[in-house]
Amino acid sequence: MARDVPLPPDDELVERLRGGDEAAFGLVLDLWSPSMLRLARSFVSTNATAEEVVQETWLAVVRGLARFEGRASLKTWVFRILVNTARTRGAKESRTLPFSSLLPEDEGPTVDPSRFRPSDDPHPGHWNPGQQPQPWMLPEDAALKSEVRAVLAEALGALPDRHRIVVTLRDIDGHSSDEVCELLDISPGNQRVILHRARAAVRARLETYFATATATTATSTAAASTAAASTAAQRRGAP
Amino acid sequence: MTCSELAELVTAYLDGALDERSETLLVVHLDGCPACRTLLDQHQQTVRLLAPAASEPSPVSAPACRDALLAAFRDSSR
Ligand SMILES: [Zn+2]
Repeated sequence: MARDVPLPPDDELVERLRGGDEAAFGLVLDLWSPSMLRLARSFVSTNATAEEVVQETWLAVVRGLARFEGRASLKTWVFRILVNTARTRGAKESRTLPFSSLLPEDEGPTVDPSRFRPSDDPHPGHWNPGQQPQPWMLPEDAALKSEVRAVLAEALGALPDRHRIVVTLRDIDGHSSDEVCELLDISPGNQRVILHRARAAVRARLETYFATATATTATSTAAASTAAASTAAQRRGAP
Repeated sequence: MTCSELAELVTAYLDGALDERSETLLVVHLDGCPACRTLLDQHQQTVRLLAPAASEPSPVSAPACRDALLAAFRDSSR
């Protein structure tokens, strides 16, 4: 898998690309295109347009390599071209995603206020008994892992576009906070507000999933031990 | 600091973006509150669970498109 092939350091990579090293170009193409497509998809309305945005970006990268100054990393530079290309296409579809200021969708508590004790309680703002977060049992089983991936995909899909873009850049593609601010022209504070809301929404969805999954596992474990007990009883010749 | 206040500061804390005073209050709260430690854990687990989604396949690596881009690269290097 392309992701497992380590990239050479930036200066060597840029040198190889400028020298026409096709293998190096193929490597970044395979490594970064999936992330670029995912990102583009939040700016434009269809998969087909997102794919065009990615292709257009790579063509612009090919044309612009000579002008790359190395002030940001090569990856950030490429993603910056992608964001600009995607924004231009999004604007043609009347889809504009403002990052310069916060919106109503960025405000309000991220945990249901009814889970905390009311203001007339001796400990206002502390967790209500029975409403505290419970530790998750992370699955090791492959089928359950793919179930968790489906829950994550659904949770990401349900986020507002701006929220999905920020959490995708930070947590899926592993860009730093500084890089995201540079890519989206967003202030560090606003970036963090949006990231927090996005992560909190995904956490809440996982919390619901794990609460149900744990209940189901407990039931099936109980059923299994009942079955085992009755098998043991039969072996002993009991009714 | 209350649990409901802490719940909104988790991301700033994980990014090391809290001022010194808030960070101290938060750490002291965590020390005495297992429920908020679990909440913090869940935020970190969420981040860890999201990371592998990057390796999911995408249709953009379709051979036709890839070949066209490699050709463009070859032409530009001449
Ligand atoms: Zn607490």
